[in-house]
Amino acid sequence: MSARLTAPNLQLNELGKIRHFLTLEGLKQHHLLEILDTAESFINPNTDEIKKVPVLRGKTIMNLFFEPSTRTRTTFEIAEKRLSADVASLDIATSATKKGESLLDTLWNLQAMQADMFVIRHAESGAAHFFAQHVAPHVHVLNAGDGQHAHPTQAMLDMFTIRRHKGDIYDLKVAIVGDVLHSRVVRSQIQALSILEAREIRVIGPKTLMPTHPEAMGVHHYDNIEEGLQDVDVIIMVRLQNERMKSALIPSEKEFFKLYGLTKERLALAKPDAIVMHPGPINRGVEIDSEVADGPQSVILQQVTYGIAVRMAVMSIIMSNAAQLAQHKAEQASLELEMASADDTDGKENA
Amino acid sequence: MKELDIDVNALITRICEQLQSQDILAKSPKMIGIRTGGEWVAQALHQQLQLTDPLGVIDISFYRDDFSKIGLNPAVKPSDIPWEIDDQHIILVDDVLFTGRTIRAALNEIFDFGRPASVTLVTLLDRRGCRELPIQADAVGMQLECSQTLKVSGPDPLTVSILDQTEESA
Repeated sequence: MSARLTAPNLQLNELGKIRHFLTLEGLKQHHLLEILDTAESFINPNTDEIKKVPVLRGKTIMNLFFEPSTRTRTTFEIAEKRLSADVASLDIATSATKKGESLLDTLWNLQAMQADMFVIRHAESGAAHFFAQHVAPHVHVLNAGDGQHAHPTQAMLDMFTIRRHKGDIYDLKVAIVGDVLHSRVVRSQIQALSILEAREIRVIGPKTLMPTHPEAMGVHHYDNIEEGLQDVDVIIMVRLQNERMKSALIPSEKEFFKLYGLTKERLALAKPDAIVMHPGPINRGVEIDSEVADGPQSVILQQVTYGIAVRMAVMSIIMSNAAQLAQHKAEQASLELEMASADDTDGKENA
Repeated sequence: MKELDIDVNALITRICEQLQSQDILAKSPKMIGIRTGGEWVAQALHQQLQLTDPLGVIDISFYRDDFSKIGLNPAVKPSDIPWEIDDQHIILVDDVLFTGRTIRAALNEIFDFGRPASVTLVTLLDRRGCRELPIQADAVGMQLECSQTLKVSGPDPLTVSILDQTEESA
C-alpha cells in the first residue's frame, strides 16, 4: 500500500462507518443503500404509517437552526421523537449568538448539556464540518443544510422517494430543473444519483443558474426544457433561491415560468409514468404549475412523509455505528490484555 | 460435534394439541410470529390450526435491550400486523425460548400497537435453565437443556439441528 495521500474522511469512523453525516461526497454505495433499507423498515408496508420505536431512548439530540426552516426542522423533530430520543430545538437566531457568544462557545455549552447529536442548519457552507471538527469524540453532527454546499438528508429522502415509486435508481433518467447554481439540495442530489449510478442525470435551466462546468459533475446540461424532459423517469423541480442571488440572474419570475416552469404540456414530454418531485417550499406559478404540483404524477407530499423515515434511519445508523465501534474497541482492549498476560506467563516460564 | 435432526412436523403437531387442550382456540385468536425463525414456525402453526385472520409478523430489532452494545440489526424489516391489536387474543410464536429477552421486546412492541385481551406464548424449542426474565411458554414443542445449542433453518423445509456441545467437550 502506498502512503495515504488524503486526510481520513471526517464523516467515517475507524471501521469505515458513518459517524457524522455532513455530505454525500466520499460515501460509498453501501452507505447509501443501508440508509434507504433502514428507512424502509420504519414504514408500515400497508398503511405507510411510521411508528414510534424505542431505539434512541436516553439519547439527547439538539436541533440548531441558524437559518429558518419549516419542513426540515419539523421532520427532524418528529423523526427524533419517533426514535424516542430527548429533543431540544434551539432557535439560534434569537439566542446567545445574538449576544456575542462565539459559535464554539455555544457548541461547548450545548455539549455540556449532554448532547449526543447535533442537527445543524446554517447559512454558511462548511458550518456542519466546523462543528464536526470540534465536538467531543462521542458526539455526532448531522448536516441539515449548510449554505450552498450540501443537504444530504434531503437528497437521501429524494432517493428514497424515487426508489419507492420507480424502483432501482440505476435504471432511471432523472432531470433536475431550475436553480442548480445556488442549490445545496441539487449538489447533494447529483452526488447521491451518481453514487447510486443513475443511468442519466440532466440539469435543465439557464446558463446563469448553472455552475460553469456542469459536465464536471457528471451531468448533461439542457438549456431547453422541452429537449431536456424527453423520456425522463423522474423530474425534480427546485426553487429559485432568490435569497442567495447576488445579481439579476433571471429577467423576472414570470419570464422564468414561461421558459422553465413545469406545465402539464411539458410534463407530457417525459415518460407517461414519470414522477414529479420538489424539495419545497414550492413557488406555484414560478417553477411549477399548480395543476402539476397537485396532479397525479406529483409525489411532493410523499417526499415530506418519507423525510421522517429517512432521517430516523440516518440517526439510528449513526448511533448504531457508535455502539458497534465502542464494542469493537472493548474487544480489542480485552484481546490486548489477554495477549499481555500471555506474554507475562511466557516470561515467568523462561525465568 | 454431533448433529441431531429433529422432526419439526411432530413438534408442530404437539404444539397444536397443547393449544387445543387450552381454551385459547375458542376465542378466535390472532397469531404473530417473531421474525425470522418464529415467523416460519408461526406459518406452519397458522396453517395447521386453520386460522382465518392473516398472520402478523413483528421484527423486534428496534426493541432489543442491547442496542447500546451491538447496534442495529442491518437486516431489520418493518413489522406487519394487518389487524388491530386492541382486545384481541394473541398467540405469540417464536422458534427458540432462551433468555426471555426477545419475548420481552416482542411484548413491548405488541403493546405499542395496542392493548391485547391476552397473549399466549408458543415456542418450538425451550432451552431450560437459562432464563434471565420471568417468562414461560404456554405451549412448547420440545424441551432442551441450556447447554445444547441449536440451528433453526427455513422456511421450507423448516428444520432444526441440535449441536450438542456436551458431546464436543467429552
